[in-house]
Amino acid sequence: MALPTHISSGPSASLSRQPVYALVGNPNCGKSTLFNALTGLKQKVGNYPGVTVEKKVGTAYSQHGQPITVIDLPGTYSLAARSPDEAVTRDVLLGRRADTSPPDRILCIVDATNLERNLYLVHQVLDLGRPVILVLNMMDLAARAGLNVRAARLEKELGIPVIACEAVHGRGLIELKLAMSRPDLPLARHAWDIPAAIAPAVGELQASLIAHDRKAPLLARAEALLLLTDQDSVRVAGSSPLSSRTAELLRAWQERWSADGTDWAGTLVSSRYDAIGQIAAEVVLRDGTVGPSASDRIDSVATHPFWGWAVLGTVMTLLFLSIFTLAEVPMNGIDTLIASLADTVKTVMPPGDLRDLITDGAIAGVGGVIIFLPQILILFFFIGLLESTGYMARAAFIMDRLMSRVGLNGKSFIPMLSSYACAIPGIMATRTIEDPKDRLVTILVAPLMSCSARLPVYLLMIAALVPGDRVPLTTKVGIMILMYALGTFGAFFFAWLFKRTLLKGAPPLMIMELPPYRLPRLKDVAQHMVERGWLFVRRAGTVILGISIILWFLSAYPKAPEGTPPTQQLAQSFAGQAGHALEPLIKPIGFDWQIGIGLITSFAAREVFVSTMSVVFNVETTDDDTTPLRQALLAAKWPDGRPLFTPLVCFTLMIFYVFAMQCMSTIAVVKRETNGWKWPIFQTCYMTGTAWILSFVVYQSGRALGF
Amino acid sequence: MPDAPAPLSSDPSSIPLSQLAVGAKATVREFPKLGTAFLRLREMGLLTGTPITLVRAAPLGDPLEIKIRGYHLTLRKSEADHILVSPAA
Repeated sequence: MALPTHISSGPSASLSRQPVYALVGNPNCGKSTLFNALTGLKQKVGNYPGVTVEKKVGTAYSQHGQPITVIDLPGTYSLAARSPDEAVTRDVLLGRRADTSPPDRILCIVDATNLERNLYLVHQVLDLGRPVILVLNMMDLAARAGLNVRAARLEKELGIPVIACEAVHGRGLIELKLAMSRPDLPLARHAWDIPAAIAPAVGELQASLIAHDRKAPLLARAEALLLLTDQDSVRVAGSSPLSSRTAELLRAWQERWSADGTDWAGTLVSSRYDAIGQIAAEVVLRDGTVGPSASDRIDSVATHPFWGWAVLGTVMTLLFLSIFTLAEVPMNGIDTLIASLADTVKTVMPPGDLRDLITDGAIAGVGGVIIFLPQILILFFFIGLLESTGYMARAAFIMDRLMSRVGLNGKSFIPMLSSYACAIPGIMATRTIEDPKDRLVTILVAPLMSCSARLPVYLLMIAALVPGDRVPLTTKVGIMILMYALGTFGAFFFAWLFKRTLLKGAPPLMIMELPPYRLPRLKDVAQHMVERGWLFVRRAGTVILGISIILWFLSAYPKAPEGTPPTQQLAQSFAGQAGHALEPLIKPIGFDWQIGIGLITSFAAREVFVSTMSVVFNVETTDDDTTPLRQALLAAKWPDGRPLFTPLVCFTLMIFYVFAMQCMSTIAVVKRETNGWKWPIFQTCYMTGTAWILSFVVYQSGRALGF
Repeated sequence: MPDAPAPLSSDPSSIPLSQLAVGAKATVREFPKLGTAFLRLREMGLLTGTPITLVRAAPLGDPLEIKIRGYHLTLRKSEADHILVSPAA
């Protein structure tokens, strides 16, 4: 039995108000470029409630200046979602999300160089029965690849407007805006044969969706078709679930087919590709044969068994060199700016608690985080660059085998590597990991990679650890490498552990497109960087401000009598008392209450440990010269006269800093990326617990060995 | 979803995709019916009868890079083991 397969032929849909468009397309087809070209800077970036999926809405203007709303939906190859991002695209289009009303019209963008696979998604979208405009992007690249893609022919085949376009060069945008502002749009002539074996099921599911889920007939048919290929369906918060009647019906059919060996999903996919194949054969003419493309030639080096490693190593070295060198200038600038801002407030306001709250709490605390912003932004820029050129996929391809040893896939590599500079961009870059469990594991272990805020602590401890006035470079480098290696090993160990226990899942897949290499659009990369940076400042900002003020309060109260030196003020403050309270807990790892204060204030950022030690031991230091502080540390004693900072204690302290979670910005970002306090609390506990246990083992065995 | 067992081939010239020589062209013959991985591969256009080229293996031997329908796709050997192809003459 075959259902009537014509969804419609020829009617048009007109709207009285300005239409809302949804922009959908495969990854790597130029969707963001088109979205930026259409909406310019008139974009609002937020989150879909309850899920960590970016929601981008922009306003485009028609040729007559009328505003048109465009929702940029996450890129996907199919409406059968396998990641939370893809699930949002599916749910918005099917009208399953209460927070986003279904779009009136759909803008489908396809890569003309790769028409068949791109049309698969279009084919599913046309099922929805909404007016669709097809954007045939990258026509120039298709021509260069020897493909003559005939837009007029495709328009005739599908019966919807097809606009040939080169979004990167802004070509075709006027035609597209004209089509978008048309008051009515034709509906697709969308005919395809649903395989006879599953047609009855489609009919029954459609009827049930209409009756029990209150869906419109066309949408119900589209959803019925989708339910049959959406195995292990990804569900996300904010999406309305299927009625039990429909779910039951679906299960019954699937059981029946499993029993009689019907390959329902495969048949459905094949019949779509059959229909697409016929269209593509009409539309695409191949102009003879062309040799290997530029991408093929680049990849023969970039993924070569030997040169591939050399390229990866060079790219990553360049990345880190530029992060540390380029960031230095703006970091110094921010440092000066923060200091002068605090000075200005000090001269303008009368002395008192409020002034101290503003200068020492808010400005100093937020400044301590903002100082890392240049690094974070540069890292975002490079991640964007790697993504838009196509090299990111190659790095994942090369690293996949290694990452699979701990149960992750190659896509976790860049987030983990970025965390060597700062865990925040690393954690925010995990959104490219499809599997939610793999993503969570990567987030949980990323802060174990030694970030740049740990460097000042390592440097100070190495200086204090090594006798003599100057630290030989080899010793410095050797101990430093040891610390980085420990963190890296720890990250891989915990990834392995979590994947086997807490977040057990199927071994991740590595089904990934290797897109052709493309020249990056610096404007898009820069816009992405600013968006991400702003998102971090806005979302983490409140938490950071709050904790900074708490930390200030802890070290400023209770007030000592006027004229008390800062060292004594800190000693008798709540932070000092907390240090004393902490002492029984940290004495077994060789730390006294003074170091305890440093551990507490490190929460603002790990490097704050250094400045706290300066206050605790009452020395004036500059960032570049820690010699006076080092001498003060070496002179520090326990009450019974034993030296406090023995080489063993310095070493133990470094190990503690490798593993402990002491960064409020990271905690704030993890909270945002995991949508709650559960995982950041777990992460803080497991990391700091590990830090204590390892420090205990090292310190106690060191003592036993006579160090 | 349990791993589908490698299907028994009716065609003696078929070999698993994972055993195809680098650079060789072939046609997909048989494909496991179940499993999220195989459904996704089909949605990406890897179907029975689709011509494919094994472009290369990653530097450490896994995953594999194939070319289908004019674009490049990666998959792990553990999946390629279950896909039967017949090499082009």
